[in-house]
Amino acid sequence: MKKIKVLLFILPMFCVVACVQTIPKEALQLRPESLELRKLQTRSFETKDEKQLLVAGAGILQDLGYNIDESETKLGVIVGSKDRDAVEAAQVAGAIMIAALGGGSVPIDKNQKIRASLITFPGKGKTTNLRITIQRIVWNTAGQISKTQSIEDPEIYQDFFTKLSKAVFLDANEI
Amino acid sequence: MKKLLLAGLLLTPSFIVGGCQTTSMNQVMETSQSQVAIRSIQTRAFDTKDKTKTLRTIIATLQDLGFVIDKADEDLGTVSGTKLDGYQLRLTVTVRPRGEKQLLVRANATYNVTAVEDPEPYNQFFAALEKAMFLTAHQVD
Repeated sequence: MKKIKVLLFILPMFCVVACVQTIPKEALQLRPESLELRKLQTRSFETKDEKQLLVAGAGILQDLGYNIDESETKLGVIVGSKDRDAVEAAQVAGAIMIAALGGGSVPIDKNQKIRASLITFPGKGKTTNLRITIQRIVWNTAGQISKTQSIEDPEIYQDFFTKLSKAVFLDANEI
Repeated sequence: MKKLLLAGLLLTPSFIVGGCQTTSMNQVMETSQSQVAIRSIQTRAFDTKDKTKTLRTIIATLQDLGFVIDKADEDLGTVSGTKLDGYQLRLTVTVRPRGEKQLLVRANATYNVTAVEDPEPYNQFFAALEKAMFLTAHQVD
């Protein structure tokens, strides 16, 4: 009987907590690996022509299938995004296995929105820097968000800068 | 005793509801703290007149913090960005002149579907911005 009473007291507290979401403590804190990420996402080009670099960057985004959502040349900003398929073979196989074992249908990743912001800014001497940050949201077959993440894979950024370097006929130097 | 228990069970849902809002439309003009208090948490003054450089530094700081930029407008002096890391954090930063020698920088953040009104995340943001600006962020009353 006492247990029930305690439960009656505790239950509302849980419910109230469910109504409030709090921001993680480190969300706006510079992480030790911030510098590493900055290096990964930034290249320096031997040119003072910021606009030319920005135009070339927009071209690469288009090559990669991004649509331009937003731009502000005066601040060196281009924002692009693309909606793509997010179905992964391993997840499909897993879902089939679970269904075969009588576990019912399991939602699997279906669609994703990939967003990229490309920023140019004056560098040291006669150089201009370009930094790109990429993130994605993944929705599953139940229409729920299953992943929200920043892209931190080095190969993706290297690939982007190789393409950009070719387009502007300039070397993309690490900072 | 049984009656008491029944009453308790009936009352519990009303407690639960009490933790939430009555009308979701109230959110349109809702703030939980006073406007003045929030403004002071979200605002700092910097000793510079260079608006463009300040906006560019804000953009760079946001990228350092793992954001992707959503929008930027030099004339309006606004920059917005989103950070995704298992959650969605949106931040809008505005820059406007304050007197003859200073710029006022204000940031407001939304964590998933909740306004961030805790001073700490803003302190952290301005600490990062301060470093990038090579200038001190002055508290404004």
